[in-house]
Amino acid sequence: MTRNDGDPAFGVYIHWPFCLSKCPYCDFNSHVRHVAIDQERYLRAFVREIETTAARTPGREVTSIFLGGGTPSLMQPSTVGGILDAIGKHWSIAADVEVSMEANPTSVEATRFRGYRAAGVNRVSLGVQALDDLSLKALGRLHTAQEAMEAVAIARSIFDRYSFDLIYARPHQTPAMWQAELQLAIAQAAEHLSLYQLTIEADTPFFGLHAAGKLQTPDEATARALYDVTQEVCAAQGLPSYEISNHARPGAECRHNLLYWRGQEYAGIGPGAHGRLDINGIRHAVATEKRPEAWLMRVEACGHGVVVDDRLNSEERADEFLLMGLRLAEGIDPTRYQALSGRALDPLRIAMLREEGAIMVDPNGRLRVTQSGFPLLDAVVADLAA
Amino acid sequence: MTTVPISNIRNFSIVAHIDHGKSTLADRLIQTTGGLQAREMKEQVLDSMDIERERGITIKAQTVRLNYHAKDGRDYIFNLMDTPGHVDFAYEVSRSLAACEGSLLVVDASQGVEAQTLANVYHALDAGHEIVPVLNKVDLPAAEPEQVRQQIEDVIGIDASDAVMISAKTGLGIDLVLEAIVHRLPPPQGDHDAPLKALLVDSWYDVYLGVVVLVRVVDGVMKKGQRIRMMGTNAAYDLERVGFFTPKMTQVDELGPGEIGFITAGIKEVADTRVGDTITDDRKPITDMLPGFKPAVPVVFCGLFPVDADDFETLRAAMGKLRLNDASFSFEMETSAALGFGFRCGFLGLLHLEIIQERLSREFDLNLIATAPSVIYKMHLTDGTELEIHNPIDMPDVVKIAEIQEPWIEATILTPDEYLGSVLKLCQDRRGNQKELTYVGSRAMVKYDLPLNEVVFDFYDRLKSVSKGYASFDYHLTDYKPADLVKMQILVNAEPVDALSMLVHRTRAEGRGRAMVEKMKELIPPHMFVIPIQAAIGGKIIARETVRALRKDVTAKCYGGDITRKRKLLEKQKEGKKKMRQFGKVDIPQEAFIAALKVDS
Ligand SMILES: Nc1nc2c(ncn2[C@@H]2O[C@H](COP(=O)(O)OP(=O)(O)O)[C@@H](O)[C@H]2O)c(=O)[nH]1
Ligand SMILES: C[S@@+](CC[C@H](N)C(=O)[O-])C[C@H]1O[C@@H](n2cnc3c(N)ncnc32)[C@H](O)[C@@H]1O
Ligand code: SF4
Ligand SMILES: [Mg+2]
Repeated sequence: MTRNDGDPAFGVYIHWPFCLSKCPYCDFNSHVRHVAIDQERYLRAFVREIETTAARTPGREVTSIFLGGGTPSLMQPSTVGGILDAIGKHWSIAADVEVSMEANPTSVEATRFRGYRAAGVNRVSLGVQALDDLSLKALGRLHTAQEAMEAVAIARSIFDRYSFDLIYARPHQTPAMWQAELQLAIAQAAEHLSLYQLTIEADTPFFGLHAAGKLQTPDEATARALYDVTQEVCAAQGLPSYEISNHARPGAECRHNLLYWRGQEYAGIGPGAHGRLDINGIRHAVATEKRPEAWLMRVEACGHGVVVDDRLNSEERADEFLLMGLRLAEGIDPTRYQALSGRALDPLRIAMLREEGAIMVDPNGRLRVTQSGFPLLDAVVADLAA
Repeated sequence: MTTVPISNIRNFSIVAHIDHGKSTLADRLIQTTGGLQAREMKEQVLDSMDIERERGITIKAQTVRLNYHAKDGRDYIFNLMDTPGHVDFAYEVSRSLAACEGSLLVVDASQGVEAQTLANVYHALDAGHEIVPVLNKVDLPAAEPEQVRQQIEDVIGIDASDAVMISAKTGLGIDLVLEAIVHRLPPPQGDHDAPLKALLVDSWYDVYLGVVVLVRVVDGVMKKGQRIRMMGTNAAYDLERVGFFTPKMTQVDELGPGEIGFITAGIKEVADTRVGDTITDDRKPITDMLPGFKPAVPVVFCGLFPVDADDFETLRAAMGKLRLNDASFSFEMETSAALGFGFRCGFLGLLHLEIIQERLSREFDLNLIATAPSVIYKMHLTDGTELEIHNPIDMPDVVKIAEIQEPWIEATILTPDEYLGSVLKLCQDRRGNQKELTYVGSRAMVKYDLPLNEVVFDFYDRLKSVSKGYASFDYHLTDYKPADLVKMQILVNAEPVDALSMLVHRTRAEGRGRAMVEKMKELIPPHMFVIPIQAAIGGKIIARETVRALRKDVTAKCYGGDITRKRKLLEKQKEGKKKMRQFGKVDIPQEAFIAALKVDS
C-alpha cells in the first residue's frame, strides 16, 4: 500500500482556512468568520487554482490528496466533491489514490461523513487531541471526549481508514497519566495515530501565558519521558512510529504525509497552502496568500493565489530532503542526498553520530536515525547538514 | 624660506597626561600662528588616524612648523612635535624628545598631576629639556591652579612659579604660551658650515611619496639633490624632496641646522630606515654618529585569529600594511587546533595591542579572536640552556626546567584617596609589592613592583573600574625575577584546547581555572553527550564543570507541507555552527573562547 520512496508520487494539498473558534495553541492558517462563508464562491476559486496549477504540472498522476485546515469538515460534501472532481479533471488520478480529510470530532461534523465518502474521501483524520474533558477544555476545544469518541465510531463505520490526533506534554501531564490515556486511545484506533507534543508557538495565546509563567509545560526531562512512553506503548501495541509523531500498523501509513517526508512533489491549493513543484528539473517552493479573502480576490483576478515561488538551489533542496527524510523511520538514501546537494554527507560526522548511537546505516546503505537519536533529531540534522 | 637665524628657532614638545589638553593646545598654537586657514582647521589636527582622534591618543609622532612674529618684533620658527602620551609608546616619546630642546608641560588645572604627567616629564628631563609648566583648563570652575602649581613643585621638583595659566579651549593665555616659548625655551645649537649631521627621528610610508623620513638637522644643511648616507644602514640616497609640515607638507630648498622637517629619497620600505640613525653627506661624511636609540621591542604577545577562517589572507595582508608604519609590531604565523590559522603577535604594551586589534577590525573589517596576552618568560633549563618563551605552547617539559623567570615592572598609580583601599587590594591581589605611598595634594601616589603578566591581564580595566576611572597608571619594566609559574590547560571532553592554555602563577591558577571552566560551561551548548570541562596543571585537575547532555530537542508537530519554515531554522542552525569550532566531538562557539579568555578570577 505504501509505495517506496523512489516511486513517482504526486500529492495535492487543499487548505480550508476556517474554524468555528481559534484554539489557543494553534498557529495554523485558520480563521474564524462571523458571517456565513460563501462556499460556492470558494469552490470556484479552488477549481480555478487547481486548473492553473495543473497547467504548470501537466501529466502528473495524483497518488494522494489531503484536505487540511483549518477545519475542512466545515465544508459541505458538495464543496469537497467539486474540488475532487476538479483534481480529477485536470490531472489523472491513480487507481489506489488516498484521499484524506481532517475533521473535527463534533457531532455536527460527523453527520457529514457519509457525504464526504460519497464525494470520494477514503480516509479521515480526527482532531481528538485529548481523552478527558478537563484537558479538552484547557486546550479550548469545542467538543467533549465522549463526543469525540462517538465521532471516531462513526468514522470507523463509514471509512476503511481513519486516524486521530492527540496532543501530549500538556500542562501537568505525567508519563503515567499519558500512558493510561494512550492505552485508551490505541484501543479505539484501528491503524493510525498522530501524537504531537504540545508546541508553544509564537503569537498564540498559549505563548503569552507560557511566557508569563501561567502555563507550565513539562521540562526537558519530562518531555523526554513522555516521548519515550509514547514510543514504547505504541510499539508494544503494534503501532510503531514510522515518523517522529506518526504511528501506524505496517502498511497503514498516511501516504500523503509520507510524500512530504520523502521529499516528493505536491501542489498546494487554497489560502496559505505550500507546494513543492518540479518544473523543468528545478524544484520550486510555492506558497499562496494566507488571508482567505485576499487569496480569493487574487485567484479571481489572476487564476492563482501564489505569492511565493522560489527556485531552490541544490543546498536548500538537499537541506529539505535531509530534514524531512530523517523524520522517517525508514531514513534516507545518502546517495540521493549527494545527488541533490552535489556533496556527500561528511563521513566524519556520520562516524561520530554512529558512535553516539544517534544514527545507523542499514546493510542496504540507508541512513536512519535510531530510537535514541529521534528525540535529538534537530541536533542530528544540524550536525549532518552543517 | 629659512630666513631666520638659528637663534630664532625653537623646537619643543608638549608633554601631558592623556586628556589634559595637549592636542587642543597644539590646535590653538597652529591656529593662532596661522598655520592653517580657519576652514582647514578641524579638531585635533595632529591626530591623523580616526582611532587617535576618537580615543584622544596620539600614536605617531607628528610635527608642525609655525611662524611666529613675537612681541620683540622678531620672527621665529617653532617646530612643535606632538608625542604619544601613553606608556606603551614611551619609546616614541623619547625619540621625539631627542629632536627638541624644550617641552611645555601641560597639566589640567582641575585634575592635577597624573601618572603619565610624571612619566612624560621625566622623559623630557632625561632628554635635557627646559620645561615650561602650563596649567590648562583654568576656565573650568573646578580648576585649582594654585594647588596644582604647588603639586608640580612638590612632586616633580621643578619651579612652577612662572607656570602659564591658559584655557586651550577658549584661547585664553595662548599669547603667553607663545611668548614663553620664545623667551624661556633655548634655541638649538648647530653649525651651518659643518658637514651634514642629522637625526632620523621617524619614518613612515606614504602611498604617493614612498617612504617619508622625519629629520632633525644638527649641523650642516640638507638640500634637494644632495646625496646623503645613512650611517647605521650604510645606504646612500639622492634627496628628492626636502620640506616641513605646516601641517601640510611644504617643500623648501634646504633645511638648516636646528630645523625639523621631512625628506624623501626614493626609499622603498620603512624597514630600510632605522629610527635614531645618523644621516650625513655622502661626499663629506662625518665620523661621529649620534647616540641613537635602543630599538623598541615587543613585550606583550598574543595570538590573533580570524573568526571566519576565510579571512586569514586578508588578516595577513592587513598586518603587513600596519607593520609598514609600525615597526614595533611583530607577527608570525601560528596554527591552533581550536582557532585554526592565525598569527602570534608582539606589541609594546596592552594599549598597543588594543589599538592594533581595533585598527584591524575597523580599517580592514576583520572579526578577530585574541588569545590571552602573554609576556616573555625566561626559562633556564637543567641542561644549562636558556629559552625565551611567550607562547604557552612552546613551553618545554616541566622536568627539564630548572627555573622560570618573569618580567617585573614598577608601576606608579595616582588615585583619589577614597579609592586607595581598592587600588591597594588590586595590586596586592596581583602579587604586587608596595614600595612607596605618598600624597600629591589630596591624591595618593603609590609605587608598586608588579609582575608584568598580572598587568597584561585586564589590570588596566580593573583599575579603571575600582577607581571609577579616576586612577591613573604608568609603568616601566625593571627586571626579571624567578617565578613559580605553571602551565594551565583547559580540557574540553578530555582534550586540551591549545588556545586556552596559559602560564599563570601557581597561587592564581585555581581561581583563573575555575572562572574559565564556568564561562565555558555557560557558553557551550548541550550536545548529545555529557561534556566535562576541566582546568588542569600537568595531570592534576584543579577545576571542573560539566555541560549536561541534551535530552530532547525535536519539535514533533505536523507541518502541513510548510517545510520552508523548518528549512529556515536549519539554515540558522548551520549559520550558528559556522561560528563554532569543531573540537574533537564538541562544537565550541567562538564566544566561549572569547569569554573564557577574558574572565577574571
Ligand atoms: N574646559 C576645557 N576643556 C578643555 C581645555 N583644553 C582641552 N579641553 C578638553 O579636554 C579634552 C581633552 O583634550 P585633548 O586636547 O584631546 O587632550 P590630550 O589627550 O592631552 O590630547 C577635550 O574634550 C578638550 O575639549 C580647556 O582649556 N578647557
Ligand atoms: C492542522 S491541525 C488541524 C486539525 C483540526 N483543525 C483540529 O484542530 O482538530 C492538525 C493537528 O496539529 C496538532 N496541533 C495543532 N497545533 C498544535 C500545537 N501547538 N502543538 C502540538 N500540536 C498541535 C493537533 O493535534 C491538530 O489535530
Ligand atoms: S480547530 Fe484546528 S486548525 Fe482550527 S484553530 Fe483549532 S487547532 Fe487550529
Ligand atoms: Mg591628544
